[in-house]
Amino acid sequence: MSAVTRQAENGVDVARLDFLLQLADTSLILGQRLGELLGHAPAIEEDLGLANISLDLVGQARLLFTYAGELEGRGRSEDQLAFLREERDFRNLVLAEQPNADFGQTIVRQLLIDAYQLELYERLQRSTDTRLAAIAAKTLKETQYHFRFSASWLTRLGDGTDESHRRAQQALDSLWPFTREMFDEQEGDRALARSLVAPPLVEVEQSWLLRVDSVLREATLQRPPATPYRWFGRRGAHSEHLGYILAEMQYLQRTYPGAEW
Amino acid sequence: MNSSKEWPLYEIFIRARGGLDHKHVGSVHAVDSRMAIEHARDVYTRRMEGVSIWVARSAEITASDPQESAALFEPARDKVYRHPTFYDIPDAVKTL
Repeated sequence: MSAVTRQAENGVDVARLDFLLQLADTSLILGQRLGELLGHAPAIEEDLGLANISLDLVGQARLLFTYAGELEGRGRSEDQLAFLREERDFRNLVLAEQPNADFGQTIVRQLLIDAYQLELYERLQRSTDTRLAAIAAKTLKETQYHFRFSASWLTRLGDGTDESHRRAQQALDSLWPFTREMFDEQEGDRALARSLVAPPLVEVEQSWLLRVDSVLREATLQRPPATPYRWFGRRGAHSEHLGYILAEMQYLQRTYPGAEW
Repeated sequence: MNSSKEWPLYEIFIRARGGLDHKHVGSVHAVDSRMAIEHARDVYTRRMEGVSIWVARSAEITASDPQESAALFEPARDKVYRHPTFYDIPDAVKTL
């Protein structure tokens, strides 16, 4: 094998590991956020609904972390990856770490990420990485329900009372700028697309936008204009919220290292 | 009906697996039947309890009056001959 090919394959593996962590971290952090709502959702039925989604997301993160740990080859377990990395090492979308605020913001955040994961996992089922393809196939079924849940809620809120419409639109306006980084293509993304491990982000973006637009239309909400400002959570630059999430989420493992359920 | 802001109540029926009938499992609050199905899914099927859900507005269910239960059900009590207990059931029949 020539040095160039080896380097190229190595490049794919670095990008692949990074990509797995992006997927895992977004699921984990969003799952942790939804977990905060336990006992606080507007109705007991929603409480359980959100908790189910939270658990689905944490479960997805576990599968992805386990795979990422094996790929990395440094013997790190799923727990070590989740609980012992620093803020700058987290690769989640900045959108996932945004606060729950009111129910409108919780639902808008959920819908934007559900639609993203749906488009992504649908394509990742056909990844040349068979392990990732299997994880995607399992995850997709869960994500389809998450999307059904958040889309129907956003429709109810947007097309509901004046107050619910106003709050949903407000949440959409404030969260929309965070969606830019989903499709902010880096060299790693291009390498993965070339080797058919992951879909080209531009393709994901188009389907995502169609999907989100159709929900917004039904919810009588206005899609905010695109903003030039970008976040770079996928590259480890986060908003002020992630540190607080990690402080709470990682407390137990850091205080009692190696503690098990 | 409900004059408060409380969501109406729905009765939930779950089919555990294909071939069995839907059984009443409880109730949820929801604004419409679609939401009732979602709530029922989240509340009653999170441990693989079912493959199908029926929902019905609790207010749409007409129940027998407990006051009349004597008139409705007592007369059947001394008519044991209506039970098929006087037949031998073949060993091959498992689900009777």
